[in-house]
Amino acid sequence: MNLLLSELSAALPEIFILCAACFILFIDIFISDSRRIVTYFLVQLTLVIAFIIVLLQFKVHPDPIIIFSGHYILDGLAIISKLFIYLFSFFAFVYAREYIQSRKIARSEYYLLSLLAVFGMSIMASAYSFLTIYLGLELLSLALYSIVAMHKESHLAIEAAMKYFVLGGLASGMLLYGMSLLYGASGGIRIDLLAQALQEQQNMVALMALVFMLGGLMFKFGAVPFHMWVPDVYQGAPTSVTLFIASAPKIAAFVITMRILVQALPSLHINWEHILIVISILSMCFGNVLAIAQSNLKRMLAYSSIAHIGYTLLGILVGPIVPQGYSAALFYISTYVLVAAGAFAIITIMSKDGIELDQLSDYRGLNARHPWLAFMMLLILFSMAGVPPTVGFFAKLGLLQALVQANMVWLAVLALIFALIGAYYYLRVVMFMYFEEPIEASNTPIHVSSDVLMAISINGSAALFLGVFPSFFIDLCRISVG
Amino acid sequence: MLEQFPILSLLIWLPVFGAVLCLCTGGDKHAHVARTIAVVIAITNMLLCIPLWMYFDPNLYDMQFVEDHLWIRAFQTHYALGIDGISLVMVVLTNFTGLLVVIAGCHSIKLRVAQYMATFLTLQGMIVGVFCAMDAVLFYVFWEGMLIPMYLSIGIWGSANRSYASIKFFLFTFFGSILMLVALIYLYNQANSFMIQSFYHLPLNLTMQIWIFLAFLIAFAVKVPMWPIHTWLPDAHTEAPAGGSVVLAALMLKLGVYGFLRFSMPITPLASEKLAGLMIVLSLIAIVYIGLVAIVQTDMKKLIAYSSIAHMGFATLGCFMVYEIIYRVHNLQDAYMSLEGAVIQMVSHAFGSGAMFLGVGLLTERFYNHSRLIKDYGGVANTMPVFAAFFMLFAMSNVGLPGTAGFVGEFMIIMSACQTHFWVAGFAALTLILSAAYTLWMYKRVFFGPVTNDYVAGFKDITWTEKTNYILLTIGVFFVGLYPQAIINVLRVTLGHLLLQSITSDLAMNVVI
Repeated sequence: MNLLLSELSAALPEIFILCAACFILFIDIFISDSRRIVTYFLVQLTLVIAFIIVLLQFKVHPDPIIIFSGHYILDGLAIISKLFIYLFSFFAFVYAREYIQSRKIARSEYYLLSLLAVFGMSIMASAYSFLTIYLGLELLSLALYSIVAMHKESHLAIEAAMKYFVLGGLASGMLLYGMSLLYGASGGIRIDLLAQALQEQQNMVALMALVFMLGGLMFKFGAVPFHMWVPDVYQGAPTSVTLFIASAPKIAAFVITMRILVQALPSLHINWEHILIVISILSMCFGNVLAIAQSNLKRMLAYSSIAHIGYTLLGILVGPIVPQGYSAALFYISTYVLVAAGAFAIITIMSKDGIELDQLSDYRGLNARHPWLAFMMLLILFSMAGVPPTVGFFAKLGLLQALVQANMVWLAVLALIFALIGAYYYLRVVMFMYFEEPIEASNTPIHVSSDVLMAISINGSAALFLGVFPSFFIDLCRISVG
Repeated sequence: MLEQFPILSLLIWLPVFGAVLCLCTGGDKHAHVARTIAVVIAITNMLLCIPLWMYFDPNLYDMQFVEDHLWIRAFQTHYALGIDGISLVMVVLTNFTGLLVVIAGCHSIKLRVAQYMATFLTLQGMIVGVFCAMDAVLFYVFWEGMLIPMYLSIGIWGSANRSYASIKFFLFTFFGSILMLVALIYLYNQANSFMIQSFYHLPLNLTMQIWIFLAFLIAFAVKVPMWPIHTWLPDAHTEAPAGGSVVLAALMLKLGVYGFLRFSMPITPLASEKLAGLMIVLSLIAIVYIGLVAIVQTDMKKLIAYSSIAHMGFATLGCFMVYEIIYRVHNLQDAYMSLEGAVIQMVSHAFGSGAMFLGVGLLTERFYNHSRLIKDYGGVANTMPVFAAFFMLFAMSNVGLPGTAGFVGEFMIIMSACQTHFWVAGFAALTLILSAAYTLWMYKRVFFGPVTNDYVAGFKDITWTEKTNYILLTIGVFFVGLYPQAIINVLRVTLGHLLLQSITSDLAMNVVI
């Protein structure tokens, strides 16, 4: 195997992140505890540089290139998802800095493990064979398991980490089992070769493998009926970690779902389409209905994330009939991740002093205490509810348009009815923030440091800005998924 | 020169810009700055309506002052604005009401003034947007976008039960509009464009038309509101602050009827014709049954809210009687009068109910616990004679006294209905008795008689800002009541064209012109 320089240049972002991670790990040994902030800045710098590298690749490589004997691909989907992954990770770390500072969480390890998770997601985005997909996924998962457990004093966090680890391991096992069955059926692990090999016959083994792999994938996504871990982990993990789990990994999971279902198994699309219809309806239903009953904001957002995954799946399942479905799904998941990150960021900002302020009632009278923060949260919540002029509406519009075009009007109506149910609990948070006055005890000014304020302002305003000018972003998704 | 000037965009975005400015003034320390900004913006907007009215050519049925830019390439959505006669009347009405609300808010709102002004300015901009939008997505964005400020205004400045009312309001209207969204997307897939004009005369079969009509019906019927999905309105009206009630009554309810005129009738003429009977029955239920409900109300705001539903029933009746009139007497002139009556009814109801809500708002504001119950008041005419005189006028307009605004629309609708269905006209005319009963009975109990308690005895008569509002409204009421021709002139060509688009070829063959 001879490595060409051009091949290496295509994989430059991953190579760079790996080298940087090792370098930072090395540097970190020599830094005194008081100057741990250096690690943070180095990690952020790594992400920025990786982002720029991918941005340059976007210009240089308009056509997909497959390298490393077909295990690695650089195409529009990989590039755009990597951009999102780096961007949202960057934001996640900005929000996390003060939060973990005020708790006894090992700081440099936190950032380094997260960076390794970013590395794993980056590999997932570019993976073009089962081997690389699995490697990336495990790298991500193992890093996440440990950062969930990093808050050692919190029993909830330890419990969450344990659940996440056990169930996540099970999911990985299912995925791996499906992969091995498919390898047995076709004799290949490369996505393109699999697609060719499975073209002709309706293969029973492949069908079996599909079911297992879908199980594994939906586990990682957190879609019903594989959603049990989501509320517990989201609630138990330190909020900065929840933010991280809820953001970039969703996009990585979306990419591998696209690769496995759409690119490797297009011949089975009738089968996975039907399974996905059921999963998506169940997710929208359970996610939205159960979220109503929650009094804990993190748990509520966890259920809401289940519902949003259900919407994303609508785009994937309609894709074989109406190709815009795929780009609509990408648009949906990336905008959802944008606002979800913002919502969890507000919780981290509020819970800075070592106390978790994640009950709904903690947000009582937020408008009186910090109008700007409340306004950002308002935009974020309305975007999640899909009310124009926020971006969440255009995300739903794209999905619905694809569904109606595919003659699945009933599914579109159903999705909207669940959106109506969902609107209720988002409105309830707004109600707490705006319609009630703060209780005396909590009526202290909220201090927000300038970098976090900047980040949350960008994050929240983006929900409005992308809603008023969504054209560029939609086109970007269409070009990259094609 | 004016053709290129984006006056409609200015009308939409100037209030939004003003809202941002208001918010920048910060907390209640600089409340007067926020007030000044809001009033200046609202007056500017009102002044902008003058060239709009003057340069509008009433002899064209096409959209005028058109602005058209590609907005979202992927969906072929345009930022397309334009107005015809109906829109023009509604846009002017919106800006007029916006000005009233801002002036009223200056006086009555003490808490979070900047946010209040910002909310209502945004709301005003959004509603103008709905009336100007020529693109379905743009329409939908404004249509839904105004829910956010309305929801906040009820929730933040409303009375005790405000959270319940605001969430109910939001969920009801949201429910209506999601079905409309599906219908719009379906039409887009047929027409390959989101322009509302391109939806007209799409070859849709009857089944499809009925589905689309029903989807639109739910959206618009929630807004109007029509029986039996009117229940959000009494709650929202009662709990909302005075300004919120005025915007709800004067503008938001009109959006439903506007939707029928802009979407349901021209896009699905066949279904409208088939279901006209149903719509007429629903309108009559609103007029008679809700009128009876209004009589028994003990809460002033609730009473006016129910009376709004009854009056809006007239507007929907006027819209859908068109089909019956053409079908039975083949007379385009009567049908046209009925439609005209519907639009005039919308305008006159805006003045009448808006004024009454403002009046109740300032009464409750003077009462120590902001009670809205009729029994807490009595003999207000003794302490507030000027106010009582003004209120009398608006009550008369609500009753439909000739010479006031309320008379014109109702008269036109009843008269045209009379040509076809004596019984429909008869039932509709019952409203003249019912509205006199509930309005005047309330007036008697609140204003006449001896002063009932010390609080009422301590009432001070209305201030100059309040008087300004009432003088403006009085001008409105008499203008529409005595010289409706000014509005009819603007509407004539537009409505005529709309009528021809809204009737199917089968019906059109029978028409005697």
